[in-house]
Amino acid sequence: MTATFVGAAVLLLLLGLPYLYRLAAGPTPFDRILGLNGLTSKTTVVLVLLGMVFERLDMFVDIALGYALLSFVSSLAAARYFERLPRA
Amino acid sequence: MIALVLLLLASGLLFHAAASLGMIRLPDFFTRLHALSKAETVGTMLTLAAVALWEGASLTSLKVGFVAVFFFLGNPGAAHAVARAALRAGLPPWRAGQEPS
Repeated sequence: MTATFVGAAVLLLLLGLPYLYRLAAGPTPFDRILGLNGLTSKTTVVLVLLGMVFERLDMFVDIALGYALLSFVSSLAAARYFERLPRA
Repeated sequence: MIALVLLLLASGLLFHAAASLGMIRLPDFFTRLHALSKAETVGTMLTLAAVALWEGASLTSLKVGFVAVFFFLGNPGAAHAVARAALRAGLPPWRAGQEPS
């Protein structure tokens, strides 16, 4: 079952590549926020899966929860900031 | 048990793949938001449910459930905030026949 979780984590990281492209290519700042948001939510799932792989889910799930909270707050902050700017 | 966990994991990965495909293929910001806020949330929740089910009933799996509930509330909330910001900044929605950005 460990191999399954490793495979799922690797597959999720590969599925993060389109988000990385959207983060790099834009074309608007909002697209970049979107790419970052999706990338961090994939990272949270990968963290939980890595907790299953290393048999230390109790530790990794706390990290994942903190990471998810930070990503939510950073998305909100970036959205509020770009709301005030003229359209880029 | 293993079959249910594998089914949840596979369906979660399928939804994640749909969200990633939408990131590339959809034409503008608002349509991409549609892919992220729904497919991504369901995929994340299904994958976390698979992990919690495999872990069994314990405090740790309760915390995994907390992460899933947080995504259920937070991801659409963040998507709504970004969409409102884009609307207020005056980003025009994509119309049929335009070049995808």
